[in-house]
Amino acid sequence: MIIRLEPREHVPAWLSPALTIGAVVAALAIGAVILAFVGGDPVRAYAHIIDAAFGDIGVLSDTLVKATPLILTGLACALAFRMRLWNIGAEGQFLLGAWGASAVVLFPILPAGTPSIVLIPVMMIAGALAGALWGLIPGFLRARLGVNEIITTLMLNYVALAWLQFWVFGPWSEGGFQQTRPFPPEALLPRLTDFSKDFPILAGLTTHLGMVFAIVAVAIMSVVVSRTRWGYEMRLIGDNPRAARYAGIDITKYVIVVFAISGALAGLAGMSEVTGVVHRLQDRISPGYGFTAIIIAYLAHFGPWRVVVASILFGALILAGREIQPSGVPAMIQGIILFCLIASEVLVRYRIRIIRRTVATA
Amino acid sequence: MDLTLILAAGVASGTILLFAAIGEIFAERSGVINLGVEGMMLMGAVAGFSIAAATDNPWIGLVVAMLAGGALSLLHAVVSIHLRADQVISGLALTFLGTGLARVLGDGLSGEVVTTLPRITVPLLVDVPFVGAVLFREQSVLTYVGLLLVPVAWFWIDRTRPGLHLRAVGERPAAADAQGVNVARTRYIYVFVGGLLAGLAGATITLAISPGWFGDQTVGGRGWIAVGLVIFAQWSPMRAVIGAYLFGAIFRFIIDIQGVPAILGVNNPFSAGRSATFFLEMLPYLFVIVVVIIGSREALRRRVGAPAALGIPYVRGERGI
Repeated sequence: MIIRLEPREHVPAWLSPALTIGAVVAALAIGAVILAFVGGDPVRAYAHIIDAAFGDIGVLSDTLVKATPLILTGLACALAFRMRLWNIGAEGQFLLGAWGASAVVLFPILPAGTPSIVLIPVMMIAGALAGALWGLIPGFLRARLGVNEIITTLMLNYVALAWLQFWVFGPWSEGGFQQTRPFPPEALLPRLTDFSKDFPILAGLTTHLGMVFAIVAVAIMSVVVSRTRWGYEMRLIGDNPRAARYAGIDITKYVIVVFAISGALAGLAGMSEVTGVVHRLQDRISPGYGFTAIIIAYLAHFGPWRVVVASILFGALILAGREIQPSGVPAMIQGIILFCLIASEVLVRYRIRIIRRTVATA
Repeated sequence: MDLTLILAAGVASGTILLFAAIGEIFAERSGVINLGVEGMMLMGAVAGFSIAAATDNPWIGLVVAMLAGGALSLLHAVVSIHLRADQVISGLALTFLGTGLARVLGDGLSGEVVTTLPRITVPLLVDVPFVGAVLFREQSVLTYVGLLLVPVAWFWIDRTRPGLHLRAVGERPAAADAQGVNVARTRYIYVFVGGLLAGLAGATITLAISPGWFGDQTVGGRGWIAVGLVIFAQWSPMRAVIGAYLFGAIFRFIIDIQGVPAILGVNNPFSAGRSATFFLEMLPYLFVIVVVIIGSREALRRRVGAPAALGIPYVRGERGI
């Protein structure tokens, strides 16, 4: 018996989404088996995740809070991956974005008492710029010197963390603790609960303005990528760089620009996280958003709106996963999901044919 | 600070990177890039440590660690060789999976102690001036394994028939296939060898160089540094050893300089507990970027580069290289 993979000439429209869902289900099943094997209770763990992430409107709001940085970093990865640029550095760009936004109030770049209407846009720009700068380094090295971007983006994650730690432990430390002083109220993004005076139903809901940033970014990205010439050329480079070069597209420029935009999106995520959730700068502001973003981008097949759906799923996993013991379970499940996704993809591209070998008669 | 002591410690800590980098060289020379080194090292580190703690025998731990790394690498092999998935993303998945799995398995291991692998002083060789003190005095037995592995790996790749097949599969799989070399099997073997060595590298941390389990900080990015070293080494074990020991020395230097209160009478800004030490911590990672740039430039100039078929699945009869 021989198993042969034959390229599909026609891919049915339902196949890819069906396989994606199937892969996630399979991954959760594999995760359950491993969990049971190491002495955990998978049924309780999964029930806990669903309950703690979607159980009532309060936790649903918390899930959306976790999804916010994931949408922006996921979008950052999806954009770069669409052009086959492996930006594994969203984590570092996120941290730099958080640092850049914090610098506005902590250096301070704008004087104390600057109204929100000025302060928040400046912090957004500072965060996005810092992230973009951090993305430009590997982008430039890749475009001009042909340096592998996987290694450089990864290494810059570690550098970014050390940079953040220097400021948090050193110049900006509050009383020697590993955090800065809290931001002034003008620097905080409004949350739903802030409007509970007029709408009591919103009391206690932590979803903040960063969610709006994320949705706007997704909307812009989906239009730019699929409806503009720029998006078309970018996709062409991703699909067939040789054809793009023959068509006279300046690939170098695209590499640098895409890296900058990707970094800016991740930087904006960092800004939204410090101003919307943490309200001060700490070194432990990310439980690995930038790495989860890689899986999200892949799960979403690089589609901007699908990034939102995937982010909510992973937001739930991160939120509820904090209480699951042992602590590595969410990370492990994320890895299994990614593996199942790429393994399932072979079924989109190829048809499996099983050929039974008949005994040759002499 | 005694220079020979620093260098000796650098060689010891460089051995970790050496195993991982040579493992990755084997895999990449066969045409499969495996970015899961960090995950495989963590699995090796946790498997070796927990088994050694349970059995009180580091040698059993060492073997299990290698098998754990190897087992994980086979996942990558199946997905990238048979299922023809993107090797970059599959390797990343392997790192995520290995990291998560290692944290799950390592739950409750911190604080455990193990018997470490023996340290040996080589008679006669230790008396060679300078070199003897750096390489042959009181080094872990794994350091010597690493020293031996370098020429063995070089000889295997560059001077033997199986090595020729390995290179052929990585450069021109179609030609190798036409010559009767089994491309898929060769790739499986060397991805597995890469996994064994990554597992060994992980166990080198927890059973020899810095025993203990500290979650994913145990490996702390050294798997990625090893991947970067392969580019710097231009896929040659002989160059990998230079890079590995150099980075080992940098890692040691960072720890050692923090214990010095003053340098030449000036207050040491990098002494432990001061915030400037974070700039020291950036050093190895910045240095990787520098050496990868150098490696890429040199590869461009000398027209030697990555194995031609690196990252490309081989399908008989399909157009490719």
